[in-house]
Amino acid sequence: MKRRRAATLVPYFLSAPALLLFLAVMIVPLIMTALLSFYDWGQYKGIVPEFTLKNWREMIADDYFLEVYVRTLRISLLVTLFSALIGVPEAYILNRMSPRWRPLCLLIVLGPLLISVVARTLGWALLLGSTGFLNQALVSLGLLSEPVGFMFTETGVVIALTHVLAPFMLLAVWAALQRLDGKVEQAAFSLGASQFSVIRKVVLPQIIPGILSGSVIVFALAASAFATPAIIGGRRLKVASTLAYDEFLNTLNWPLGAAVAVLLLVALVAIIVGCNRLIERRFAQVFE
Amino acid sequence: MAHLVLDKLSKAFGNQQAVSELDLTVAKGEFVSLLGPSGCGKTTTLQMIAGFVEPTSGAVTLDGADLLAKPPSKRGLGIVFQSYALFPHMTVAENVGFGLEMRGLGRAERDSRITEALTLVGLASFGERYPRRMSGGQQQRVALARALVIRPPVLLLDEPLSNLDAKLREGMQAELRAIQRTTGTTTILVTHDQSEAMALSDRIVVMNQGRIEQIAAPEQAYASPASAFVAGFLGKTNRLDGECTDQRISVAGAAFAAPAGTASGPVTVSVRPERIAFGPASPAAIPGRVATRVFQGAHWLFEIETAQGAVSVIRQNTGEGVPGEGDNVHLHAASQDLLVTERRP
Ligand SMILES: Nc1ncnc2c1ncn2[C@@H]1O[C@H](COP(=O)(O)OP(=O)(O)O)[C@@H](O)[C@H]1O
Ligand SMILES: [Mg+2]
Repeated sequence: MKRRRAATLVPYFLSAPALLLFLAVMIVPLIMTALLSFYDWGQYKGIVPEFTLKNWREMIADDYFLEVYVRTLRISLLVTLFSALIGVPEAYILNRMSPRWRPLCLLIVLGPLLISVVARTLGWALLLGSTGFLNQALVSLGLLSEPVGFMFTETGVVIALTHVLAPFMLLAVWAALQRLDGKVEQAAFSLGASQFSVIRKVVLPQIIPGILSGSVIVFALAASAFATPAIIGGRRLKVASTLAYDEFLNTLNWPLGAAVAVLLLVALVAIIVGCNRLIERRFAQVFE
Repeated sequence: MAHLVLDKLSKAFGNQQAVSELDLTVAKGEFVSLLGPSGCGKTTTLQMIAGFVEPTSGAVTLDGADLLAKPPSKRGLGIVFQSYALFPHMTVAENVGFGLEMRGLGRAERDSRITEALTLVGLASFGERYPRRMSGGQQQRVALARALVIRPPVLLLDEPLSNLDAKLREGMQAELRAIQRTTGTTTILVTHDQSEAMALSDRIVVMNQGRIEQIAAPEQAYASPASAFVAGFLGKTNRLDGECTDQRISVAGAAFAAPAGTASGPVTVSVRPERIAFGPASPAAIPGRVATRVFQGAHWLFEIETAQGAVSVIRQNTGEGVPGEGDNVHLHAASQDLLVTERRP
């Protein structure tokens, strides 16, 4: 009897170190941040550990915060959409390539992941600037009469973020494609389907789980991205993460920054869990 | 008569010859099996007919029309894959209806033909199920219905029963044969299971290393195999090493007249276990000793120790006495039951 009890406890003992680490570096800071968002703050008195709803009330009352969150959401959705539009066909083509060229092309596509996000984003800043390559090319081709400002615009942020995050979509879709039975496509062809029908009616529905998990990753990374919106968006075009950063390090209003960060986290979790539920129900038979 | 014709069909992967100059003529409504060990080129042959593998050379014609000129989607052949290859995101009815949808058939006609096909395979009430929720045997039937519903001129089956357990496999064999008789669809079955090929086919094409060894009706291929390979592959057979000199064959202490045209030199004598009888000592009988005797109800299995190693013998249980273990016996076989082939020394 006693031994049986001991045996059931073993898994807990074995996972205890990992659980403790998880608790210490993840849960505790999160709880502290959440608590911090209910503290008071003043220009001269600093952080006062007194319970108040001031920060949350301020966020809800001030349209500026709403604007930042809507912008964050819009950018994230667009980046997810474009990543899917680029990543899904890319993965399908790569998957059908001859084994000789595939590794090379995969390396080219995934190569950017090996470079620091900051370096890549600064590269985009060079390309997108008003005297940057893109504008000069478009102007000298006569497509534009004068340079367009991509820098410090949402368009610029979306372009740069898509470039950074599309490989994650590709990897997720690629994994889903690898699990497909090639014979299923052959079966569809033998039944008279065109290449287009095979992709639309046979391949796409089966890789929905892959596209979904890719979208979750890309959306979450886009919504919480810091370096890219900070560099391309600059000080004016704020998103939630750069706003929280500013509150923490410029205004030194830690409680308000904490509230911004906590709201971002809660919104992200709610959106992702909600979408997952919805799509899992809709495509139940594709999920095992 | 000639319906589907393969003319010197060949396929090489790099410098490996998977299929070499395959000639085969299939009549309308015929059930033909491609039988051979794994890797002998059966699937490659089937895939060339289906259009998923491009032949290196040769031709395939259906009713005189060049089949190779058309892409797989325009050939209209029914294919059943070993893995079933059902569409996992579609219901059974949607799976079966896919080919009809691609042909632009209207809803009403589609539904009636789906019902017809599902009834044929005994799954009439399963239309709304998803393949994942079905057993292997049921998925197999769905795949068959999906292939047959487009009324293909030729049905191609690639090891369709090899993923089923032994009992289910026997049931499906009988059903497959019955369905094929009902629809009269010309069928080519790929299998490495000789009993499956013999049970189902009008004719068997025995293949080895990309070449045809023999094309014959099952009973004919079994009774008079064209080569030692066919004899060994179709059913059990005993192979004994012997010598041919002056038109006489000596093997394991027995000697008898060689079949006409046998060249002098080393030979292999193949004989089926059930074609060997016990009898009195004679110069043409192989002497031996019963090593083991196993009773199987309808028949006895013997292992006989001879000068050339163990020989298996199967005797019907006729109620008469049989030799016991340790007894000395003499093995007889009729000359038409012996297959003598040259052996490379
Ligand atoms: N795509 C391929 N590339 C290279 N070799 C192949 C390919 N497909 C089949 N082969 C080779 O061709 C031979 C015949 O294969 P296959 O037709 O699948 O045999 P079977 O179906 O009789 O088991 C095998 O030796 C196999 O290794
Ligand atoms: Mg095969």
